[in-house]
Amino acid sequence: MTASILTVDDSPSLRMAVRAALTGAGYSVAEAADGIEGLSKAAATRFDLIITDLNMPNMDGLTMIRELRRSPGQAGVPIVFLTTESDDSVKMEAKSAGATGWLVKPFNADQLVRVAKKVLGR
Amino acid sequence: MSANDSVAAFRSEAADLLEQIEQGLLDLGQSLDDRALVDTVFRGLHTLKGSGAMFGFDALAEFTHHCESAFDKVRKGRAVATHDLIKTILSAKDHMQALIDDAATAPRETGDAILEALRLAVIDSAIPDADAGHDQNAAIARDVSVAPDALAEAISDAGWILRFRLPPTCMINGTNPLALLAELRDLGATSIHALSDRLPSLADLVPTECQLSWEVELPSDVTRDLIEDVFIFVMDDMEMTLERHAADAGATTASTQPVAPIAAAGDGGASPGKASASNVIKRDESVRVPAERLDELMNRVGELVIAQSRLAQLAHQGSVDEIVLREISEEIERLSSELRDTTMVLRMMPVGNLFGRFRRLVHDLSAETGKTIEFATEGEATEVDKTVIERIADPLVHLIRNSCDHGLETPEARRAAGKSPGGQITVSAHQTGSEVVITVADDGRGINREAVRAKAEAQGLIAPETSLDDNELLQLIFHPGFSTAAQVTNLSGRGVGMDVVKKTVESLRGTIRMESVQGSGTQIMLHLPLTLAIIECMLVRVGAGRYAIPLSAVEECLQLPAGEAESTSGRSFLDVRSELVPFLRMNEIFQSDRPTDLHQKVVIVRSGAQRVGLVVDQIIGNAQTVIKPLSRFHASAQSFAGATILGDGAVALILDVVQLLSSASLPPRPSSDWALGEAA
Amino acid sequence: MTANISAAADAKPAASRVLTFDLGGEIFAIRAESVREILEVPPVTRVPGAPEFHNGLINVRGAVVPLANLRFPFEMPEQACDEDTRVIVLEEMVDDSPEIIAIFADKVTDVYEMEMENIHQPPGIGMQWRPEFISGIGRKSGRFVIVPDMTRIFREYLPR
Repeated sequence: MTASILTVDDSPSLRMAVRAALTGAGYSVAEAADGIEGLSKAAATRFDLIITDLNMPNMDGLTMIRELRRSPGQAGVPIVFLTTESDDSVKMEAKSAGATGWLVKPFNADQLVRVAKKVLGR
Repeated sequence: MSANDSVAAFRSEAADLLEQIEQGLLDLGQSLDDRALVDTVFRGLHTLKGSGAMFGFDALAEFTHHCESAFDKVRKGRAVATHDLIKTILSAKDHMQALIDDAATAPRETGDAILEALRLAVIDSAIPDADAGHDQNAAIARDVSVAPDALAEAISDAGWILRFRLPPTCMINGTNPLALLAELRDLGATSIHALSDRLPSLADLVPTECQLSWEVELPSDVTRDLIEDVFIFVMDDMEMTLERHAADAGATTASTQPVAPIAAAGDGGASPGKASASNVIKRDESVRVPAERLDELMNRVGELVIAQSRLAQLAHQGSVDEIVLREISEEIERLSSELRDTTMVLRMMPVGNLFGRFRRLVHDLSAETGKTIEFATEGEATEVDKTVIERIADPLVHLIRNSCDHGLETPEARRAAGKSPGGQITVSAHQTGSEVVITVADDGRGINREAVRAKAEAQGLIAPETSLDDNELLQLIFHPGFSTAAQVTNLSGRGVGMDVVKKTVESLRGTIRMESVQGSGTQIMLHLPLTLAIIECMLVRVGAGRYAIPLSAVEECLQLPAGEAESTSGRSFLDVRSELVPFLRMNEIFQSDRPTDLHQKVVIVRSGAQRVGLVVDQIIGNAQTVIKPLSRFHASAQSFAGATILGDGAVALILDVVQLLSSASLPPRPSSDWALGEAA
Repeated sequence: MTANISAAADAKPAASRVLTFDLGGEIFAIRAESVREILEVPPVTRVPGAPEFHNGLINVRGAVVPLANLRFPFEMPEQACDEDTRVIVLEEMVDDSPEIIAIFADKVTDVYEMEMENIHQPPGIGMQWRPEFISGIGRKSGRFVIVPDMTRIFREYLPR
């Protein structure tokens, strides 16, 4: 079965690019525009992978990751965050919030697909 | 979907982000220590940087990165927001726009000058005690970091022994140990052993935690980097040793160094969309539509397809069940009216988007003219057809500019006149009936009638003795011949291009009105149609013709009292609950050659402050009508907003109530007309 | 001023395909390529206040199209529609932009290749019509055929 991936980003063009890269690799993709929308979509459907931006209005990525990990249904769902900071403190914070991995912007389609494959194990 | 689509999406998004940044900065100018505003601006810059880099706008990303870093100091409390800083970032915002439009032609010196000003603004406002911190400028860098001893290891022919133990929480956090083992296998792992030596006793075992460790043998030609890459996301929290098989002492190193993220290991080549970044920019003709409205539309279309297939099925049956047919017909009627509504709403946009742009304009004009100007907007949520918004933007800029330049006095003059030194400009929108009224108001010096008159006479627009009422006099300002000469500064100066403003408004089938009190200010009101596409109408019959009256203009319908029916005068008054309402006999206006019906009806319509009754022969009912424009041949038929096609295929004209009333109220001598009298 | 034989001049030099129709006892010829379709008379909506020449509107496949009557520029008496009456929908360039407009015809008669050499400039005198409305006069089976200058006529009636 096709793995389904949720991309959470307030930037429509970024969501578009993520969607294009992942659907091109055969994954099915759903979108959310901020942390709150991401949480509610994830509550409705269990995704195989969640890819999220950190800096978002309404609810930022870190808060969303913490909230996701708090809900029992989301245990073990890989979460990859996108960041422009190569700064370790952000990574540490996101990881301690429960993120699985990360990807530094700018990235290209291949890099994104490689990360998706890696954390999905397929 | 192609890279080009993403770039187009980015451009459209960047426009929004820049606007968000600008609004945030302008708001911040009002309250310098508002943390939420600082965050908003920062987020805008941050997203612009990140997305810009994604889509090949490298110059933009780099420039924005520096702005973001400077602003980050404010966000982290290491510097304070000042008006200077805001001004600098506002000009930076303009430069960002230039970089998006075409990075090649955006002057680099401008960018450098802005960055220098920014640096100074942040230093100047820096809080002395705060730690200056170090600039994390690695965000844009795409460095490929290579471990120093990678080369040496790569050429060794001894195999690897890898021992690792994952962090216990890794499974909860989404890391799948089996996937990691699979990756190692893909690298060519020759043996994989699970080590259960540190497994806790059953009582202490937490099933969601990973307590196993592994020992893996890997061939010699695999590099250390490749192996470490497998563990990139868990590297910091895991235990791991990686050593060469053979007694190659120098190569036995426990690896704990942080590894560059995957992106850095990538090819660093062209990012998607780069090729198109230099393409000519076209202002995209797109409408942003909330997803739920699209979903709604899709649902209706889905239902329509079902109804259609039911209909097709029915058509293929020998005998038609009339009840079923009627049911399907009603279903389709409901669906198509819902489709029309939903589609129409897609074209509507709040005027707030437009008003937002004016704050910057006023901000700049205020600086330019040295006048203190308070700018206010009202009714931002009022929705208007997208086309109307696009076409009305420039005229509004013109009106606001006029108010700033000529309407408002200098602070000294205002004090002398007993006013507050700061002037006020208000742009507001509200819906009334079938139209939206956008008003630009200032509390400036108002219009000097004598000067207008003198000028109109000098320009030869009116003869010296012509008697004009106040409205006619003010309307002269919109005359193309008014103020073509050099601007006269002691005059209010309104007139530069006012004819263009009027023309634009009229091309949208709107009207323009002006009210001005000398000494206390001027208001210019643009009356614009709500939509250009679909309107709900009341169908009436006048003589042999059927006409559609926009329902939003209709207030009520009455029977024409028998006594009035005999009157032959063109205009009369009707007593509607003790209010005198003038009425127009449509039979006469439309020169119907059929005798009028015995029991005529009156449709009371409203335009602005006017209420007028339209006497018709019959009220047929309400209908959703798609407005079709009239051809150039009928451009002078101003009483009609367009035509529509009725259910029986015939064409009906749609009344333009505003135009109809204004042309009907244009009698040979307009001295004390009822239409103007009520507005005064 | 030279007559503008647009009906023939724009197309092939030797001949031009035209549609002929009767109106007020005369034969008119218009370029076939400007004809979009020929319809039976649909319900006509009158536009109050518009010039008589084009005070009608009809529905042509969902588009609202003005309906003109050449009897007015050619000062012909009015005549009721009968079963031969047709509406010809034309697309003409008027002032550099295409206009779709329909005209009445008492009867549509023929489509044929009209030879250029048979078209003559209208005589300045001896004609009851305004010469500028006619781009040429031809002959067919011993009768005169009027080639009206549609662009010129439409321009006359376009509001300034």
